[in-house]
Amino acid sequence: MRREIPLFITAITGVVFIIAYFIPHPPFNQIQDLFQTWFQIIAAFAIILGVLNLMVVNGDKVYRRSKGWGYSVIIILSFLVMAGIGTFKLGSKASPLEEGTPFMYLFYNVYYPLTSTVFALLAFFVASASFRAFRARNKEAALLLTAAFFVMLGRVPIGDYLTSWIPLKWLHLSTIANWIMAYPNMAAQRAIMIGIALGIISTSLRLILGIERSYLGGD
Amino acid sequence: MGFFRGMLNLDRRIIFILIAGAVVVPLFIPFHLKMHPTPASQGLYNAVEKLPEGSTVIISGEYDPGTAPEIQPMMIGALKHCFRKGIKVILMGLWPQGPALEGQALQEVFKEKEFKEMNLQYGKDYVNLGYKAGGAVVIQSMGTSIPATFPTDMAGTPIEKLPLMKGIRNFNDITFVLDFSAGDPGTPAWVMFAHDRFHVPMAAGCTAVSAPMLYPYLQTKQLSGLLGGLKGAADYEWLTKSSGTGIRYMPSQSIAHLVIVIFIIIGNIAFFVVRKGEKR
Repeated sequence: MRREIPLFITAITGVVFIIAYFIPHPPFNQIQDLFQTWFQIIAAFAIILGVLNLMVVNGDKVYRRSKGWGYSVIIILSFLVMAGIGTFKLGSKASPLEEGTPFMYLFYNVYYPLTSTVFALLAFFVASASFRAFRARNKEAALLLTAAFFVMLGRVPIGDYLTSWIPLKWLHLSTIANWIMAYPNMAAQRAIMIGIALGIISTSLRLILGIERSYLGGD
Repeated sequence: MGFFRGMLNLDRRIIFILIAGAVVVPLFIPFHLKMHPTPASQGLYNAVEKLPEGSTVIISGEYDPGTAPEIQPMMIGALKHCFRKGIKVILMGLWPQGPALEGQALQEVFKEKEFKEMNLQYGKDYVNLGYKAGGAVVIQSMGTSIPATFPTDMAGTPIEKLPLMKGIRNFNDITFVLDFSAGDPGTPAWVMFAHDRFHVPMAAGCTAVSAPMLYPYLQTKQLSGLLGGLKGAADYEWLTKSSGTGIRYMPSQSIAHLVIVIFIIIGNIAFFVVRKGEKR
């Protein structure tokens, strides 16, 4: 029964959602609404699960004094401070999410700059990786390199300044970049999307029909 | 030959310094660059421009502080554009950080005299419904009932107390959706459910890296327009004749792109010279 019940729930939910998408009328849309409400509740509990996982993994690291345990202490303390101020509405009258509360102060002045800084480092690594990786080693790489050249310069105003003297507009970098994005890129992305969609359909069918059972755990 | 071998093994710290210079120097010595909006950016502008006064637009924010430099100027631009046209705005987010950043965008907008003088009121002209967990299912659920999906706004006020939300039942009462997203859940979920399932016209803004993925939706008209990255934001500011960080940061991005392209060219010249030398 431990395997049959989850398989049954998956099959019923999957079939109801498929039917309700094409026939949005009672009783299918009503059952779908009910399932959606349940899903939102489960999704909210998934956040709690995520928090518990964060605490267990980092708490274990601190307990065992594993490499980099100091960072785990910072994670746990940061979490407790933010969660404490938010949950107990410290310094706020109605909601901690209102402007000017300690929670929002920490969000704007600690979380915001820290996340931005980490993300901004990407610019440096992307530049370094582009220098090393974009080499015309073969025909395919040369094609990718050429497209990257046109898109990188054509998507910023300086590309227009570099080619604005050319009388033929279709030779301007921005025109070439727009063409690459709207045709070769779009065709390739559509092919990828169709491939992903077919993969999702086949995986969903395997789940609904109970062929794919790895999500139940075990061997 | 030695020079080119040296170029191939260039210390990455030199690249870091030059990129830092390319980004920082134009911030202190700003120069003006004329924008040539892409057809995708023009599409979004035209779609919002065509909306009649009094329309109700949902603006959803799926981004975080890391991607805010690209997305936030779009959000600010969209708010300004909607407020100028007398459009009612419902803000929300499928990422937890989204609604807080939307609140910050509102503050930025109201710093400007033009919008301060409009005396726009929370609850009447705009609302912020906040974050709801569930991704695509939240959008699907809004198709059935927006009040059931968001019983309160971000600050916990019941939405029946907000005049703007009176008469808003589901997507049938929404004129347009603008989605500003930096990942998943984001624009594909909005296209699949809000547009394809509930037939609400929509447009989107996204980070530069995710823009290529959304181009198929433009060709099929599932998206009326698309703002891609900081350039998209700058295009939008240019079209709406607003000043903002999109246009202000464009010189930095332009020079940084130029530096990277120069490095790629030098790297390839060095690669071919060294390979030719080795063959001999």
